[in-house]
Amino acid sequence: MNIAVLSGKGGTGKTLVSVNLAAAAGKSTYIDCDVEEPNGHLFFKPEQIESEKISVKIPLIDDALCNGCRKCVDFCKFNALAYVGSKVLLFDVMCHSCGGCSLLCPQKAISEIDKNVGEIQKGVSEDVTVVTGIMNTGEASGVPIIKNLLEYIPSSNESVFIDCPPGSACIVMESIKDADYCVLVAEPTLFGVHNLNMVYNLVKLFGKPHGVVLNKCLEGDNPSEKFCIENRIKILGRIPFDNELGTLNSNALIVARESDKYRAIFTSLLETVTKEVQHETAVNS
Amino acid sequence: MKIAVPADEKSLDLGVCPSFGRAPYFLIYDTETNESKFIDNSAAASQGGAGVKAAQTIIDSKADALLTPRCGENAAVAIKAANIKIYKTIDGSIMDNINALVEGKLSELVDIHPGFHGHQGGK
Ligand code: SF4
Ligand code: SF4
Repeated sequence: MNIAVLSGKGGTGKTLVSVNLAAAAGKSTYIDCDVEEPNGHLFFKPEQIESEKISVKIPLIDDALCNGCRKCVDFCKFNALAYVGSKVLLFDVMCHSCGGCSLLCPQKAISEIDKNVGEIQKGVSEDVTVVTGIMNTGEASGVPIIKNLLEYIPSSNESVFIDCPPGSACIVMESIKDADYCVLVAEPTLFGVHNLNMVYNLVKLFGKPHGVVLNKCLEGDNPSEKFCIENRIKILGRIPFDNELGTLNSNALIVARESDKYRAIFTSLLETVTKEVQHETAVNS
Repeated sequence: MKIAVPADEKSLDLGVCPSFGRAPYFLIYDTETNESKFIDNSAAASQGGAGVKAAQTIIDSKADALLTPRCGENAAVAIKAANIKIYKTIDGSIMDNINALVEGKLSELVDIHPGFHGHQGGK
């Protein structure tokens, strides 16, 4: 089963939840799709790292062949090309590698070359396979790296936990495409409800079964909990806000491996999620 | 000399539009003939890369100078490659700024900000 973990913004506890679910699951795969800021590996400290460079195609323009017709400039939807001083200029960080310009150039002045955009590292931490996508700074899109990352989903039926990028942009949609179930992580504030609503709308749009983990729970009002009840969203579990967790987490330790109390919380969360996934499979088959 | 200025409306008496890439119009002002012409900025509505597209419009207008409060990195690269100088605007109307440039009172824009590559809203 593939479980995607989402949140409307960074710092909500998305990495905490996905890392600890994977740790609680034992033999499993953790895939960090937060390619701009992958943090999961800081907790897992994986060993036996193998890495793979990821590149995309970008155009290379041969000025000698170009006659300045500007067809390529007019075509590029991402405005990655400009015609300046009888030359076509490429702004490679804006290029989305659609390949269109090289296809349509009447002079065959455009060829395609590889550009490195980041890498994927794979390692192991106890019995968890840890796969991390890392995008070079300044790149326009992490989507090519995520596409490659999802190929690391094992064909066996072991559990896979996908730590998604924060927010609800196209890069997140790419990350949840292969998920059987989405876990939304929410903070107990009004702003938290706003962020939760964003990812809730996204998973609804994709028709993905989903449930919410309430993080940083204190005594008293929890607007996110209220939101879940009002919208009949399944609450999968609650993670308390306490010092022990804060300390372990800020020391980059995996709480489920350090403390019995947290192992129990995440094991029971995992059981709930597993039941939900099985339920969904039963309903949909 | 031809001067390009981002404009919110087709008037020389209003202030300079704070955004370059997303300005609705560009004023092209010819200091020799005192002729002014407003052109549409086709980049204003574009999803991404508005700066480069707007820069293309300025380049195609054959301007010699661009007066703007700010300019993104990629746009600045394109504009500079076309040998167009970028000057930082001051408070006051578009016309005040043109006069200030003619009197040599504007300085070149140095704080070029890196572009936004966000994909908010999603596609
Ligand atoms: S389409 Fe080809 S020939 Fe035309 S401007 Fe682009 S590179 Fe030059
Ligand atoms: S490959 Fe596509 S996105 Fe890249 S410059 Fe060419 S037309 Fe634009």
